Amino acid sequence: MTIITCDHLDKVYPVAIKQPGLKGTLSHFFQRQHRLVQAVQAVSFKIEPGEVVGFLGPNGAGKTTTLKMLTGLIHPSRGQVQVAGHIPVRRNAKFLEKITLVMGQKQQLLWDLPAMDSLKINAAVYKISNRDFQHRVNELSEMLSLADKLTQPVRKLSLGERMKAELLAALLHRPQVLFLDEPTLGLDVNAQVSVREFLKEYNQRYDATILLTSHYMADITALCDRVLLIHQGQLIYDGALNQLLHQFAPYREVKLELMQPQAPAALEIYGEVEEITGREVRLLVRREDLTRTVSQVLANLPVLDLTITDPPIEEIIGRVFQSGKVT
Amino acid sequence: MKAILRTTKTLLVVYYAYMVEYRAELLLWVLANSLPLIMMGVWSQAAAGGQFSLTALDVARYFISVFVVRQFTIVWVIYDFEREVVEGDLSPRLLQPIDPVWRHVAGHVSERWARLPFSVGLVLLFFALYPEAFWWPSPLGLIWGCLATVMAFILRFIIQYTFAMFAFWLERATAIEQLWFLFYLFLSGMIAPLDLFPEAVRAVVMWTPFPYLIYFPVSLLVGISTPVAKGFAIMLAWCGLGILINRWLWRRGIKHYSGMGA
Repeated sequence: MTIITCDHLDKVYPVAIKQPGLKGTLSHFFQRQHRLVQAVQAVSFKIEPGEVVGFLGPNGAGKTTTLKMLTGLIHPSRGQVQVAGHIPVRRNAKFLEKITLVMGQKQQLLWDLPAMDSLKINAAVYKISNRDFQHRVNELSEMLSLADKLTQPVRKLSLGERMKAELLAALLHRPQVLFLDEPTLGLDVNAQVSVREFLKEYNQRYDATILLTSHYMADITALCDRVLLIHQGQLIYDGALNQLLHQFAPYREVKLELMQPQAPAALEIYGEVEEITGREVRLLVRREDLTRTVSQVLANLPVLDLTITDPPIEEIIGRVFQSGKVT
Repeated sequence: MKAILRTTKTLLVVYYAYMVEYRAELLLWVLANSLPLIMMGVWSQAAAGGQFSLTALDVARYFISVFVVRQFTIVWVIYDFEREVVEGDLSPRLLQPIDPVWRHVAGHVSERWARLPFSVGLVLLFFALYPEAFWWPSPLGLIWGCLATVMAFILRFIIQYTFAMFAFWLERATAIEQLWFLFYLFLSGMIAPLDLFPEAVRAVVMWTPFPYLIYFPVSLLVGISTPVAKGFAIMLAWCGLGILINRWLWRRGIKHYSGMGA
């Protein structure tokens, strides 16, 4: 059974227009003018229970607007949306108990109190028994390595600890569907890794469905097999991450360390020469030619070391957004 | 019912802890509401001049009661709510299966308890310095006075929370509260007892919510003659009307908020 269904979702906003200067201010005061912005356009997709899907797009592409329509915070201008068997915009209690939204830039914990106090409020609001509360807090704080931090005022926690505490608060009611908007924003590398590991474990343990936006491609590669790409409000790709990479990066990078420097002409026959620094060479080789080329290189050149890597994923995704289309 | 009691208790206990975090600020907040004490000085002097129906002692008791009632009826929900709407902090609150108003209510009610020791301390200090002004309200006056103070807080909260709803459409809904506060200042009895107003003006003002926010509970505490049943009935009517308008604006506001991008 599909857990998230979006069918031709549109969202159009009115945005006030004001010219600079006194004249603009006066005319804005007496006669407000608006222009309509199409934030999301005919977005359709389905997500099955337990899937972890990455939602990618440049700033202003419509990711957060779509997440807000999925959680019922905003009304779609057109189209249908269903999450966990509910129409989100009705925001009925049964629906709210099944979902959670974590926004990296917003916090729900009371700033001057220990996180445990906010957790107690959540337990009361979601009608979690004291026994279950204790059990879940122990379990989640262990998964997040937070145990001794919950009794410190939130303002005294590091950004990473605070994000983990936010996640704990957002997941205390064990939602089936997690909407995560930049959950690792601003965190250092270690904190990013532990949040990722936690989400992976939570997904496996509870078969939770996760829709995740992030500007850190490491989040996406670590967690998501499937990605949705949104560009200027339109969905331009829905499919496996590997396939996208394959399609947009038909090359692999071959790094060579040679015993002695070689003339560029001697290297160009193996692939596109990206860089030559003394005895070190970087070549771009088409995927289909890789095995043959590597054998030739090893047979014909004095190779000390050879490594093969993919071009950085950020570069590939950036190329997709620059072109604005996948096909 | 059990779940509601548990939620209520948890909200109150946690928000009490939250308010107690601001120990130093609480004393400042209590002192910031000392306008009635300044007024007391001014009007006691005037009363001593012999132009009033109230004696200098009556005036002193009136204003210390105004101070006490103000301590229990302070409301700031519009400032918090406006920030939540403008900065988008309302969105996560809307995703919890509880109306966001209850967090504000818990914050306000808990703050009363956190503020209590400071208020009591100031009242005791006042009577220590001015023992002639000390009096015990009649038992009935005390009961009705306390009840009217609680009702005054509820009414003031409803009115301000209703103004707060305009934050959905305006960038600065607090401007409405600031304008309203001018009327509140004069018509609630904070600056002068309403007994000093001309009879005709007082007759009209008594149908508005203003006198019931300060003058009515204060009158009950100090023993100024006032129609009790009528007073409570008018308060209830304003509360009822306020709730109706509030809920209507809330529904429309939420729709507007979500239309603009939440």
